[in-house]
Amino acid sequence: MNQPLLVTASQKAGPRWTLAIGAAVLLVLLALPLLSLLPAGHSLQVSAYTLTLVGKILCYAIVALALDLVWGYAGLLSLGHGLFFALGGYAMGMYLMREAAGDGLPAFMTFLSWSELPWYWAGTQHFAWALCLAMLAPGLLALVFGFFAFRSRIKGVYFSIMTQALTFAGMLLFFRNETGFGGNNGFTSFRRILGFEITAQSTRAVLFLLTVALLVASLYLGWRLARSKFGRVLTALRDAENRLMFCGYDPRGFKLFVWVLSAVLCGLAGALYVPQVGIINPSEMSPTNSIEAAVWVALGGRGTLIGPLLGAGLVNGMKSWFTVAFPEYWLFCLGALFILVTLYLPRGVVGLLKKRGEQ
Amino acid sequence: MPKALQRLFLGLLLLLPLAVQAADADYFIAAKANEQARLLQDWAAQPDPARLELLSSLQQGRIAPGDTRKLRLNNRLRGLVDNALASHQLLSTDSAVRLAAARQLQKSAQPAQVAFLDRRFAGEADASVHAALALALANLQLVDSDPAVRLAAVRLLGETGDPMARTRLQTLLEPGVESTASVRTAAETSLAQVKRKLLIGELLGQAFSGLSLGSILLLAALGLAITFGLLGVINMAHGEMLMLGAYATYVVQILVQRYAPEAIAFYPLIALPVAFAVSAGVGMLLERTVIRHLYGRPLETLLATWGISLILIQTIRLLFGAQNVEVANPAWLSGGIQVLPNLVLPYSRLVIIAFALFVVVLTWLLLNRTRLGLNVRAVTQNRNMAACCGVPTGRVDMLAFGLGSGIAGLGGVALSQIGNVGPDLGQSYIIDSFLVVVLGGVGQLAGSLWAAFGLGIANKLLEPQIGAVLGKILILALIILFIQKRPQGLFALKGRVID
Amino acid sequence: MSAIPLAPVHPAFMLEPLLDAGSGRDAIGLGQRRSEGLDVRHGTLLTLEDISVSFDGFKALNNLNLYIGVGELRCIIGPNGAGKTTLMDVITGKTRPTSGKALFGDTLDLTHMSEVQIAQAGIGRKFQKPTVFEALSVFENLELAQKADKSVLASLVARLSAEQKDRIDEVLQTIRLTASAQRPAGLLSHGQKQFLEIGMLLMQDPQLLLLDEPVAGMTDAETEFTAELFKRLAGKHSLMVVEHDMGFVGSIADHVTVLHQGSVLAEGSLEQVQADERVIEVYLGR
Repeated sequence: MNQPLLVTASQKAGPRWTLAIGAAVLLVLLALPLLSLLPAGHSLQVSAYTLTLVGKILCYAIVALALDLVWGYAGLLSLGHGLFFALGGYAMGMYLMREAAGDGLPAFMTFLSWSELPWYWAGTQHFAWALCLAMLAPGLLALVFGFFAFRSRIKGVYFSIMTQALTFAGMLLFFRNETGFGGNNGFTSFRRILGFEITAQSTRAVLFLLTVALLVASLYLGWRLARSKFGRVLTALRDAENRLMFCGYDPRGFKLFVWVLSAVLCGLAGALYVPQVGIINPSEMSPTNSIEAAVWVALGGRGTLIGPLLGAGLVNGMKSWFTVAFPEYWLFCLGALFILVTLYLPRGVVGLLKKRGEQ
Repeated sequence: MPKALQRLFLGLLLLLPLAVQAADADYFIAAKANEQARLLQDWAAQPDPARLELLSSLQQGRIAPGDTRKLRLNNRLRGLVDNALASHQLLSTDSAVRLAAARQLQKSAQPAQVAFLDRRFAGEADASVHAALALALANLQLVDSDPAVRLAAVRLLGETGDPMARTRLQTLLEPGVESTASVRTAAETSLAQVKRKLLIGELLGQAFSGLSLGSILLLAALGLAITFGLLGVINMAHGEMLMLGAYATYVVQILVQRYAPEAIAFYPLIALPVAFAVSAGVGMLLERTVIRHLYGRPLETLLATWGISLILIQTIRLLFGAQNVEVANPAWLSGGIQVLPNLVLPYSRLVIIAFALFVVVLTWLLLNRTRLGLNVRAVTQNRNMAACCGVPTGRVDMLAFGLGSGIAGLGGVALSQIGNVGPDLGQSYIIDSFLVVVLGGVGQLAGSLWAAFGLGIANKLLEPQIGAVLGKILILALIILFIQKRPQGLFALKGRVID
Repeated sequence: MSAIPLAPVHPAFMLEPLLDAGSGRDAIGLGQRRSEGLDVRHGTLLTLEDISVSFDGFKALNNLNLYIGVGELRCIIGPNGAGKTTLMDVITGKTRPTSGKALFGDTLDLTHMSEVQIAQAGIGRKFQKPTVFEALSVFENLELAQKADKSVLASLVARLSAEQKDRIDEVLQTIRLTASAQRPAGLLSHGQKQFLEIGMLLMQDPQLLLLDEPVAGMTDAETEFTAELFKRLAGKHSLMVVEHDMGFVGSIADHVTVLHQGSVLAEGSLEQVQADERVIEVYLGR
């Protein structure tokens, strides 16, 4: 619990290397969509599958970063970030469904023989409003939940379980057909986004680039936050909340700010995820998904900014390999990962590397 | 000679019932469905004890007792058989049989049976059968030509809390059915009366299912409350301890079936110690190997135990398959007590409520009357101080963890008797049981008790009003609001704030 | 939990100083400085009247009356369980009194303020167990404590001015931690943490400092230094020190309050209270 959080520490460990590796990774990420535009059969061509997979992992990496902001810095382990992610995804999905349905109702509504759109679908035919919703819905929910939770000083495991219960409740709600979000099946068979064919290589490439941009932006935001006095207050809050209060800081405001910010980031990641993956359904809100995000952060190293990204990449990479090669053993592997990381890698991979670097 | 004739005649006379029965049976089988129906109606109106055997065989889908041939009857005929049989059973000397028959007749009696029922009603000595018959008659008398009879019948129906009476009265009140004003008003009053009684039954039923859910939550949360209070960690694999207990029950069931089929009725009792041992063993193993190393890091423990739960689930999936396995209720746990016409309390649930309370008492005794309990309480309140006083905290942790897991195992046995047993069984309980712990306050048995039953009843009362999902969400919101008022739970120890 | 009814100012309260000079407010004489924003016209910085706190029937504080003047250095002593820490909890808003009146200055009602508001109003507290932000450096600890706009938005854009930096350096020197300024606070020794926490209080620049056993775990030299420091602070600030170390109390306090079973047993100079029969009986052990 007491690793120095300042980025300066990591800079000491080898700022040049960090920068060089970061730049290389960024270059590869920028090159991927361009390579995907090459004609099929070209030796350097990146398949749509790979691009989607990497894009998906990048979205997850943003979630990991968002989770790290609240867990690694403010010490609030959220087991409900999947809810914010899915809400963002659903907001974008609403737009995509409207776009696919044209002037009519989305297919699942006609199937339920509904004659008009529920009120909360109003305006979702506009991309801009859907994008706003993708931030507003998770943001508002986080605001309300956080307000009450932080007001009564719910923290630690209590907070974690409350967030888990929240996402569980959300999942149950979205499973219902009457909620108006496609029930079990959620949203799928999207066609166009802003008039572009959603399955076209060029659309995929642009979406991918947008994801990279969001990731870089979130990383920069996180870096600025961590360096600001705000970041130090968060760290202080994590380690000695009472002391902070007697110093005259109101922890609620700080927690609420970072909590809502994190939720909004997740919402945006969800909004980018849905058009790339082409489906959103309530299982995104399952507690399992959210808690998996925690292991990304833990594996990478919480309280660092690069760690969660690394963790998200590693775990998801492993997952996609395992679920193809040994599907029935993936859960064993994931379970073991949870145990081993918490037991032997309390500071994650980044912590391990730093230690090596210091020696 | 005359003497011989006389004997022959007597003998024939004695054989007559048999002959009648044989004739009836043949006649019945030969008849077409319509004819069979008419036959059954006739029999119902004029019962003859000789036909009792035939009718009860018919009810079981056979022609005669011991006859292996299956008889196919449609639903309507089956209903008529039931009715005719009940009619015959009214002649029984056993008042319990008569009562059951009268209850059946309340549902199924036909106008043609009025005369017969009237006779039995007049001659009935047993009070409860008498009342039941009165009701059965009242059902029929609603269409009597005499308004006074109808009025009396309507009033009588009002006295009951029977769902049947409600439909009867509602039909009566439909426009154009009843012309006499006084009967109509009486029917309206009676209907309101019946509805009120039904509502009471419904509410009691909901409260009961709430209690039942509460007892399950209690069994699930009790162990969690102990380990959480003691170690300050949430065992996310706690739900899997329930699941292990349920699977242990399943295995015991199979083993008993195979090796000691005569004891099958008692397999849940055999399963109790087995389930306790399995869950407690796994729990202690986990404590020793994983959780021990994470003390003081509650959030990490949460994640690690989640990992454990994933592994346990997948192991069970590989061993027993991903499908639900079948755990059957023994005979003494099936069925239930009819308390009100629309309220049946199943034995299985009654037993589980009692069992949950029993486990609470046992846990209380264990915590308050034994050395281990004293140690557990000491460590819960002040770990360092307890260690200084020579309490072997490590051992206490392990044993308490085993105890908590074992109780969950017992909960698993209970769960297996009322729900599906599958690898995901535990997942659905972990959140609810944690909410119980949050609501009840840490380390407080009384708190857990009230919280579990409170949550259970609130859940079940809300369910019919706003649906199960919204009910759950509302309850979550209520708990969050409740914590605003009482952050330490219902039953918190107050004291100086320690830093 | 239970709302405290606004007690009407009863005549006894007005007369009290005249009736009982020992515990009255006019017994306080030091430095009648008037601070900004806080109404201390009567020279009393902290007024506690008839404060009771009960935990499930157990009375931790029982009709306690205490007045602390502007610039005063008051020591609170008392046997274990006398209610010293609860008293601090009440003043800092951590525990709400079951009944009674707590005023900061002449107007601020502490019983209706949150911990944060109380801290911002100018009451600083040092815990019994030193609590500092272990993951942050000593410098950053002081920076966070510094008197400034402590809202979320201000923190997002805050930058240290040269003046603020100088102030931190000054305090670093005062608490003799200049050399460790960039070390994580978690690596400091127990005594250093005590000093860091005192330093954080200094940065906060409160009008009233509550210090719970500040010299516990300090060497003799450190204790002596602390005593000097406190004496220097008194006058500019008011200090309320809870301490068991009688030597330390003797070296700093001119005014001592003895708590027993949740109420004030005696008040006066150390010699006076040490001579008091009742105090000897309950506290000095007989």
